[in-house]
Amino acid sequence: MLLGGWQLYAQLSGVDDFLLPAPTDVGAALVEDRALLWDAFTVTAGEIALGLLLALGAALALAVAVHLSPTLRRAVYPLLVASQTVPIPIIAPLLVVWFGFALFPKLVIVALVCFFPIVVPVLDGLAGVAPEQRKLLRTLGATRWQVLRHVEAPSALPGLFTGAKLAVAVAAIAAVLAEQAGSSEGIGHLITQAIPQLETARAWAAVVVLSLFSVALFAALALAERRLAPWAHRHPS
Amino acid sequence: MATQTEAAVQGLEGALTHARGPAVRVRGVTKAFGSVAALTDVSLEVAGGEIVAVVGPSGCGKSTLLELVCGLLAPDAGDVEAAGAVLMPQRDLLLPWLSAIDNAALALRLAGASKAAARDRARPLFAALGLEGFEHARPDELSGGMRQRVAFLRTLLAGKPVLCLDEPFGALDAITRADMQAWLAGALAREPRTVLLVTHDVEEAVLLADRVVVLSPRPGRVTQEIAVDLPRPRTATEPAVAALRAQALKALR
Repeated sequence: MLLGGWQLYAQLSGVDDFLLPAPTDVGAALVEDRALLWDAFTVTAGEIALGLLLALGAALALAVAVHLSPTLRRAVYPLLVASQTVPIPIIAPLLVVWFGFALFPKLVIVALVCFFPIVVPVLDGLAGVAPEQRKLLRTLGATRWQVLRHVEAPSALPGLFTGAKLAVAVAAIAAVLAEQAGSSEGIGHLITQAIPQLETARAWAAVVVLSLFSVALFAALALAERRLAPWAHRHPS
Repeated sequence: MATQTEAAVQGLEGALTHARGPAVRVRGVTKAFGSVAALTDVSLEVAGGEIVAVVGPSGCGKSTLLELVCGLLAPDAGDVEAAGAVLMPQRDLLLPWLSAIDNAALALRLAGASKAAARDRARPLFAALGLEGFEHARPDELSGGMRQRVAFLRTLLAGKPVLCLDEPFGALDAITRADMQAWLAGALAREPRTVLLVTHDVEEAVLLADRVVVLSPRPGRVTQEIAVDLPRPRTATEPAVAALRAQALKALR
């Protein structure tokens, strides 16, 4: 339906091909430019995957630190929120100046964008353990660390997956923007070059490839969630 | 069900621990939360091996009393001595990601036992207390009564001499509750402990306890103590049980 509507609109509306190519043109570009697209894709996919891992690590460390220390919570939480208002086009060129065209500045951008949607639900999960549950654990002899390990961490696991799925959805945009700020390879670089060359179909093909990757990552996370946190999806009797 | 021999053994153990003094001693305890007084000048002793039920209207500070005994709260005045107490709250609070046996063995894991060792210690109790075959069930696969049984095993396996049961069957339907009362009486005959049982169900108190302590409406104070010198197992229809139940109900009014 969507594709059909797009095809009809692109052919009948008189919008120029280099503004909106028809799906058939995009399909053709996918085939013709497959080598080019694949090379760009492997670069960007690597950035997204590693950036997400970095975001995950940073988010977990921050969430646990902020959870364990109310002082840190007051001091750091506003900063975390503020970090999300820094526009990528402002910070990305700066990172390029500091770190060059290499992988690292892209990872920083992806991680910066992705850690926040992970931190928030994880923190809520850690703090969401019922007070009665904590009392019970105390009378069973649990230390603070054991409460974290045996109760709070598993309680935060569904939140971790929710956050990771949100992060996957924004990671691709972050990687593309980071590449457009300064790089010599990747999907963002390919799009930046394709547009002035009026190869719009190729740019769209790149978008399709990246979207498929995001959808695949999302599906993999959903699968892992069902495996690792099955209780979050079962209804209590 | 407790046989007469088991009851005799339990009585003997009770007497032996009693010789060493009370397992729980609460003296002149007052506790308030902000401007709300929960308990005023409450004194209570529980001998080793004794089962004491505390009954009282809702909000009379029963749960507060248990939290004081378990060391989760400090009294505003008076003092609390207990020989190591563990709490069983009204909600089972089983961890949904652990199997029944791992939930029951949680305290052993917290004390440093390996998962396998903790399970090995818990397994005989599953068999002895009618939970065999449910070791690997997830909490959400168990009925309310079964979940309470697992929660009780978790309490037992904490290895503390005093069990503080806070309305353990309060959330169950009447039929399941009657089953659970019989089950608990049997379990305690098998695994004698000092028990402080809080309930708003007077009949439950008379069926299970050696002594019933009646608390007044908030702020709670002890208004009466009723000794239940009846042989076990007891049934709700026995005239002696009914008479004590009536006596306790009268004290509550």
